[in-house]
Amino acid sequence: MSWTATGAAPKPATPAWMKTIRPQHVLVLLFLIAYPLVASPFWTVQIGAQSLFLGVIALSLMFLAGYGGMVSLSQMTVAGVAGYMVAVFGTNSTHPLFGWPLWAAVPIAIVIATAFATLIGIISVRTAGIYTIMITLAIGVAAFYFAQQNYEIFNGHSGFAGLPGPVGFGMDWRAPMPFYYMSLAVAALSYLAVVYLARSTFGLTLQAIRDNARRMNALGFNVNLHRVVAHAVAGLIAAIGGLLYVWMNGRVSPGTIDIGPVIDILVIAVIGGLRHPIGPFIGAVLFVLMKNFAIDLISPERFNTLIGLIFLAIVLVSPDGLLGLWRLASDRLKAAGLNGSTGRQWGNNSWRNNNGK
Amino acid sequence: MKLFILTVMNGMTLAALYFLVASGFTLVFGLMRNVNLAHGSLYLLGAYVGFNVADWTGSWFLGVAAGFLGMAVVGAILQVVIFRRMQGQDLRQTLVTIGLSIVMADLMLAVWGGNTYQFDPPSWLSGPVQLMTAPVVKYPLYRLVLLASAIVIGVGLWLLLNKTRIGMMIRAGVDDRGMLAASGVNVQRIFTITFALGAGLAGFAGVVGGTALSIAPGEDTRYLLASLVVVIVGGMGSVTGAAIGATLIGLAEQLGLVYSPTYGVVYTFLIMVVVLAFRPQGIMGKAA
Amino acid sequence: MSNVTRRNLLAASVALTVGFSVSAAMAEDTIKVGALATLQGAFTVLGEDGMRGVKLALQQHNNMAGGKKIELVTGSSDASPDSAVNAARKLVEQDKVQILVGPLSGDEGLAVKNYAKTQPQVTFINGTSAAQDTTLRDPAPNFFRFTTDGAQWQAGLGEYAFATKGYKKVVTIAEDYSFPYTQVFGFMQGFCKSGGHVVNKFWVPIGNKDFSSIVASIPDDIDAIYVALGGADAVNFLNQYEQAGGDKPMVGGSITVDQTVLGSKGKQQDYIIGTPSAGPIADNWDNAAWTKFVADYKAAFPDGFPSPSLFAQGYYVSTLAMLTALDQVKGDLSGDQKAYRDALQNLKLDTPTGPVTLDKNRNGIAYNFLTEVAKGDDGHLYNKVVKVVENVNQTLGMPEAEFMAIGPVGRDNPSCP
Repeated sequence: MSWTATGAAPKPATPAWMKTIRPQHVLVLLFLIAYPLVASPFWTVQIGAQSLFLGVIALSLMFLAGYGGMVSLSQMTVAGVAGYMVAVFGTNSTHPLFGWPLWAAVPIAIVIATAFATLIGIISVRTAGIYTIMITLAIGVAAFYFAQQNYEIFNGHSGFAGLPGPVGFGMDWRAPMPFYYMSLAVAALSYLAVVYLARSTFGLTLQAIRDNARRMNALGFNVNLHRVVAHAVAGLIAAIGGLLYVWMNGRVSPGTIDIGPVIDILVIAVIGGLRHPIGPFIGAVLFVLMKNFAIDLISPERFNTLIGLIFLAIVLVSPDGLLGLWRLASDRLKAAGLNGSTGRQWGNNSWRNNNGK
Repeated sequence: MKLFILTVMNGMTLAALYFLVASGFTLVFGLMRNVNLAHGSLYLLGAYVGFNVADWTGSWFLGVAAGFLGMAVVGAILQVVIFRRMQGQDLRQTLVTIGLSIVMADLMLAVWGGNTYQFDPPSWLSGPVQLMTAPVVKYPLYRLVLLASAIVIGVGLWLLLNKTRIGMMIRAGVDDRGMLAASGVNVQRIFTITFALGAGLAGFAGVVGGTALSIAPGEDTRYLLASLVVVIVGGMGSVTGAAIGATLIGLAEQLGLVYSPTYGVVYTFLIMVVVLAFRPQGIMGKAA
Repeated sequence: MSNVTRRNLLAASVALTVGFSVSAAMAEDTIKVGALATLQGAFTVLGEDGMRGVKLALQQHNNMAGGKKIELVTGSSDASPDSAVNAARKLVEQDKVQILVGPLSGDEGLAVKNYAKTQPQVTFINGTSAAQDTTLRDPAPNFFRFTTDGAQWQAGLGEYAFATKGYKKVVTIAEDYSFPYTQVFGFMQGFCKSGGHVVNKFWVPIGNKDFSSIVASIPDDIDAIYVALGGADAVNFLNQYEQAGGDKPMVGGSITVDQTVLGSKGKQQDYIIGTPSAGPIADNWDNAAWTKFVADYKAAFPDGFPSPSLFAQGYYVSTLAMLTALDQVKGDLSGDQKAYRDALQNLKLDTPTGPVTLDKNRNGIAYNFLTEVAKGDDGHLYNKVVKVVENVNQTLGMPEAEFMAIGPVGRDNPSCP
């Protein structure tokens, strides 16, 4: 970590986010670093790393929805495109095409996925608010159908298997511990990037657009451009998450971007909370734990009812997800019987964010 | 030639089904700005309910009625119990409908299982009829009935919206909700009626569509997506737009399936993207 | 804001710490076996029937094999390969199963085979997944399939349709993915060799429910339609074909006229009577082992299907193989399960559907059943046995080199217009 080095950079003032680092942050980080040392490979990869990269993909949705007011259901699709492209340009065992080494395939996969996300942005920002959710859902499903029908590039229903994990610096990065640390690094960087962006001029403008697009337009801001850029940034984050996703399974197929996984990402982000970038990670941990262990607790058949009811309860009771619940509870405790109104409300076509004060 | 005629007929009758589903969806959106992503679930639930009723009573028509009325009641309950409490919170309402659709799909799987159900329509409705003599073109009578019923319902909806008091209120609500409320109309009642009507249409479509095709898990997402694409293309909130959108999508799907089977499914979405690029509010939609 | 963050994360971490400290303490005298089937999603009914097969085999062995107690852990997928790998990973890495039986569907099988390569210490025994390449190309040394693949399931059907039924020209209608390609391939091997012609192949996109335009495209000058659709789609197609006045007879794939379709309601029930098809089971095979199996199934699961489906049979056979080999090695799984795997490889298994052995790729050589739909006295439709094709191997009796030269199956391979 090069925080001190950055602190000595020519910038006159320490960035605000750095001042907010508290001992608890360090504790959490230490826990996350120490985690695989005590956890079994299963807990390291399937629970730990999977929570991290699903959290990263959901984080891209949180960024769009929480700061941009655009609930995009195509983030899993963007992640899937990145996964598909690394299979198309890199090596695989089912349908070899280009067979480039990973150091060439990975950047091009990320670029294509980001370009795809930008295109989705261009198409969807022309209509406002609630339309986004419909259009992105339709685009996501169209991509699913296309991947399933196209054999020349996407190898149809079977998709790709036998994707090699990244190898380098004398390490197999798909082995449990390296994979976990790679996921952790990606998650931490994405998290910091989103936190930083939210407080940057761009992020603040985006939030202002979310709250009142017409006013920002009148003030001379290019509303659509900001929204498209937000889609591109979110696309980049989702693409990197998508790479981890397909590396873990070593495969990608239309099922990876089917409507189920697409909705899963929304469920993760909403359960965790769409107001703060940590929300999607909390949602992902809960989701992955439930997905893996529901079969031991209740019958597996009704997993979707369970997750759906939790999702409904969160949306009905606490619009800010688990984060919101936690805040509500601690506010109540602090208020100790005083007026507990937190002034939280859901606005028209936007996610109001009252945290910025 | 014969193939082309049959394919166009197939496209039109599929469009009829899409229109029946999408008209309810667009009606609800137009008035309440509620993107009901559980609309497909209402379609499937209506089909299952209609199937059971038709099975018990032996009457297909009672099944159709049950599909419509059952879903109308469900729709009214949803509006009164859930959506009324979150007026004006469009996004939250939409998320609730996603949650509902996840739960409903799973519960329907629990109750009706993964089996495929097939209706048994009255025998005078089934079998082929001869459309043309040269060349000989036979066409399933039932699908013609489907087309006719969609036209009747489309005209009925138009009359309801344009010639009745309640229709005037609904249209007024679509144009300006605030003004409608200010003029002393019981908006909540209008909302409930509209939601019940929209949901009922989904249930109705479930039974008549389930008879033309079949009922199985997964049909809920399928018809939700069809509705989405139809209203995005046609324009949100416009019944006429739903008719135009459904026609375009139905024809594209069937012509695609015959003349370019590999990517037939993708064409419908291409149409959507093209429409969005040139007319973001949809063909008949009003500019936002 | 950051307060919330920290506390939530800490809460989450506490939850995690508690979670993973639970370790699987394994007693010496038990063997942990995982069973993986589709217990979620649209294939739930099929997965549940597969599980009935596992349970029946275990019951008959009193949950013991080789003197050790068998502890069953269940895993569930939703038929997507990703979910199958996730479920397999949990069974192997968390529940520490030593043997895994499953999965159910083709693409799941391919995915689990690839996963098996990363877990050499565990033996994988296929459930009912029937993709050719699970064992034919790039096999995993610890993946065994005592069932047969989708092409083997069609053995004998092409010849029968040509010679006995007298069909010279057919069109095929099937879904557009790997399993139906394999089925069509299996049918065409016999049919084209006999001199028949497949004038057109209609590949229907998965999920398409409206077959009316395909029905319209079927040429008039054919003798029969070969339909390899499954579940909802088959019922759908038949209904629409009948509505359009279609009258050509049908030849069915292995999942076209299975219990799911035979048990569905509607008018096409009369139409499908007489439809020939082929598959790894036949409801009324007049064989003592089979009738006993059906009776045992019915007694054990009153809420099951009227007759066990090929999923119940497949999982039963796989579990039976697993237990029999364990008996042979007296439950000894030491030495990276080498002795156990040798026993599996050399097993001569007597199953309710005839004897099963394995080839060098660990793929089943088994009986295949040629059937025709008939109506039973109780009104239920069933598949009447016309012929039992014995010892069908993966290359369908061809020399391996010749078979491999055909290449991977696909939309256009093979072809005999």
